[in-house]
Amino acid sequence: MKIIVMMKQVANKDAILRVNKASTWIEEADLSWEVNESDGYALEESLRLKEKHGGEVIVCSMGPQRVKGVIKDALARGADRAIHVVVDDLNQFSPYASASVLAEAVRNEQPDLIMTGLQSDDYGYAQTGVIMAEILGLPHATIVIEIDASAEKLRVKRELESGWYQWYTMPRPALLTIQSGISQIRYATLKGIMAAKKKEIKEIMPSGEAATLQPHQRIERIYLPEKQKQTQFLGNGDAKAGAVALAEKLRNEARVI
Amino acid sequence: MSNGILVFIEHRDGRFNKTSFEAVAAAQNLGRELQQSVAAVLLGSGVGNLAEMLAGYEVAKVVYAENEKLKEYTPDGYTDAMERVVRQLDPQYVVMPHTYLVRDYAPKLAARFKKGLISDCIRMKVTDGNVRFTRRIFLGKMDADVVSEGEPPTFVTFQSGAYRADQAAKGAGAQVETLQVEVGDVRMRPEAPFQEVKQAVDLTKADVIVAVGRGIKSKENIALAEKLAEVLGGDLAASRPICDAEWLPIDRQIGSSGQTVAPKLYIALGISGAIQHLVGMKNSGTIVAINKDAEAPIFDIADYGIVGDLFEAVPVLTEEIRKLKA
Ligand SMILES: Cc1cc2nc3c(=O)[nH]c(=O)nc-3n(C[C@H](O)[C@H](O)[C@H](O)COP(=O)(O)OP(=O)(O)OC[C@H]3O[C@@H](n4cnc5c(N)ncnc54)[C@H](O)[C@@H]3O)c2cc1C
Ligand SMILES: Nc1ncnc2c1ncn2[C@@H]1O[C@H](COP(=O)(O)O)[C@@H](O)[C@H]1O
Repeated sequence: MKIIVMMKQVANKDAILRVNKASTWIEEADLSWEVNESDGYALEESLRLKEKHGGEVIVCSMGPQRVKGVIKDALARGADRAIHVVVDDLNQFSPYASASVLAEAVRNEQPDLIMTGLQSDDYGYAQTGVIMAEILGLPHATIVIEIDASAEKLRVKRELESGWYQWYTMPRPALLTIQSGISQIRYATLKGIMAAKKKEIKEIMPSGEAATLQPHQRIERIYLPEKQKQTQFLGNGDAKAGAVALAEKLRNEARVI
Repeated sequence: MSNGILVFIEHRDGRFNKTSFEAVAAAQNLGRELQQSVAAVLLGSGVGNLAEMLAGYEVAKVVYAENEKLKEYTPDGYTDAMERVVRQLDPQYVVMPHTYLVRDYAPKLAARFKKGLISDCIRMKVTDGNVRFTRRIFLGKMDADVVSEGEPPTFVTFQSGAYRADQAAKGAGAQVETLQVEVGDVRMRPEAPFQEVKQAVDLTKADVIVAVGRGIKSKENIALAEKLAEVLGGDLAASRPICDAEWLPIDRQIGSSGQTVAPKLYIALGISGAIQHLVGMKNSGTIVAINKDAEAPIFDIADYGIVGDLFEAVPVLTEEIRKLKA
């Protein structure tokens, strides 16, 4: 089974985000980066399917040279090779343009399965995988938490709202968007890191109609959200003093204890 | 020329998904501001009664798109049907609730028009006929104002809670237009939805909840929160990653894929406050957050906050409360 995993590099969860001068995006200069959370699970699931059924796992990431970090890490964990779609600024793409560039980047590989994360932690569009499936003419399922690929048809378990689930059956090839937490993620071993050095990373440029498409939506301005509630901050940076003050407030002001 | 607003109504097992009416409220709002009419669309088979109920809302008309293949939701079926309705009505905006079902098919629908969604919006503002949609980015840490460009229709989804369902205006009775839509090949076959386990713990009745997130670091540390819950006579709950890691059972998960609670007191320890968590607890009476990141979105809805290390704060808090209760 040939599996392609789409992996995006995003700002580190704990990074302090600063708005750029034009207020159109964040200052990216000295950020630390990591792999998008659900994409890590998509990779893990791909590796497990390969271990079970044989085949090949190919990582595909789009972004500037820094995304090689995500690619190399995936190769070290066990992916076989990689495609890097080199783009300096992801911000120039709308969700549709981005998805169609990614679709063209993997089309000729003719994979049996494409996996994406269910949502990116930066843009949070929650649509790249589904648009890719439409462009490539593949059936899809979103928010997948279990995959059974032992039969000719794929059977996948989808999460619905409020603790409900549903199984879906569909033909292959197909595209699945993976939910975080589907399985325990492996770490890269030293041996894996050494082996990764010999693996192929193919660089390609965006191609196809979409690379030149006019964007259909544009970010005008980004800013810190306005608070919905007036929060009383306690302790002024001293957590212990804050705790003492909090107990008192909960008793005498909020009257909940 | 494209005109009007089309709002998508979701239902399952003969019942509306209540967030559909939040979308109706949003669509009516947009309609008023732009002085355009709102039409509601319902897809299905044998749910004419739902279409009649929808007609009681203040909409220009209800379009009921019918086909045997729409009996059960599938992305293939819904996309085909919606594409036909959108092409026929030629609206300027298509408004949808950002539910799991919409996330599953709406990007595919938009792609048929060579575009994506302006997804998961939390509000909008109209100035001189131009609409600015606001969506959360970076897991809730930033807001982005987004404008639509190019040809209509613009596809927009609204986050659960962005508009209030009870503000969807009722009307004098709209006309129901039933369309027999064509639906092509449906490639996926759904099985019946089910619930994993009978919930053993019912947190919806708890007065006090102490919830832990990834900031708790390890399974062993949960004992800290447990002690706090104990002196408060409350229950222990968690964010999703804690349940995924099986540090606590899944029936203690709060949020869109877990339980929705509204205790008198909710204490969030090391929880960042992603929207999927917030929807499950934001209606709690008093909300306390202890988090070392001053910018964590959980503080947006907290009444009391401590910016700092929970491992310092929690033992002291537990002790102080024990003293007060003694
Ligand atoms: C479709 C979908 C459904 C989902 N359903 C749910 C759901 O039902 N429930 C849910 O909770 N999530 C759900 N999620 C996941 C959600 O998006 C977040 O990923 C999750 O809520 C994050 O959990 P967290 O806050 O514990 O972890 P993180 O986001 O990693 O936050 C950890 C926090 O701990 C703080 N911290 C770290 N160390 C300390 C310390 N020593 N002292 C104090 N603070 C500290 C950090 O500053 C950070 O804010 C869902 C996501 C999707 C896409
Ligand atoms: N630049 C990118 N490179 C690789 N994969 C991407 C990229 N952008 C989005 N994806 C994939 O699409 C998923 C959903 O992203 P989004 O639609 O932005 O929420 C992510 O989890 C990734 O798997």
